[in-house]
Amino acid sequence: MKTAELAAKLGATIVTGKAGIDKEIKGVYCCDLLSWVMSHAGKDSAWITVHTHMNIVAVAVLSEIACIIIPEGIEAEEATIKKAVQENIPILCTGLTAYEVCCIAHDCGI
Amino acid sequence: MNLHYEIPSDDLAHAGEASSSVKKMLVQLGIDPVRIKKAAVSMYEAEINAVIHGGGGSAEVTIDSDKIVIRIIDNGPGIADLELAMQEGYTTASDDIREMGFGAGMGLPNMKRYADELDIQTRPDKGTIVTIVVYFHQ
Repeated sequence: MKTAELAAKLGATIVTGKAGIDKEIKGVYCCDLLSWVMSHAGKDSAWITVHTHMNIVAVAVLSEIACIIIPEGIEAEEATIKKAVQENIPILCTGLTAYEVCCIAHDCGI
Repeated sequence: MNLHYEIPSDDLAHAGEASSSVKKMLVQLGIDPVRIKKAAVSMYEAEINAVIHGGGGSAEVTIDSDKIVIRIIDNGPGIADLELAMQEGYTTASDDIREMGFGAGMGLPNMKRYADELDIQTRPDKGTIVTIVVYFHQ
């Protein structure tokens, strides 16, 4: 499923415009320990994290994450959004919990 | 090919930029993605450590036809107990750093896991030099 399609299913806001919205998502990974994400997240995953600082973009680039999903109504920082656009990493913001995001992604066949 | 990067002190916003730049270079060179991940993860961890613990420093990277050699040189206090620091979960990071998702005590273990060769030279008050080698054709 493409990132834009998952965003629509989640009712999420894509805060990074059109950057990377056609990326194919092949899994979901949920974790807030950055080293753990680097070590374990699968390529082309949608990564759910409550962190909003700029370094999540570096982690996503190095781990070949398809998109970042920020749950629970948390707002992404402006500098992070700018960096994500530069690096072609979409950021989706949603009021859903991480669990709800996972359930919907599962129902979508991810 | 030789590359040099400055690693700023305590600037977590820009930490990882050297690693990201090297990763892009390896992608352009057509290196196996599995090998790129090994280099990227191990270099990122060393770079973050230099920012958080090492007072900044520099990265010296050499890429040739069969391997990448990454040297991260920091200006920090050195690692007091290297054996302890190599244990997963051991950390000296502050609460502020940990709240940002860093400092999980996985940096050195991740370097050991992903590097084909890892060498750490550290002395009290003399800083730390981490050398990571990843081969492209193993």
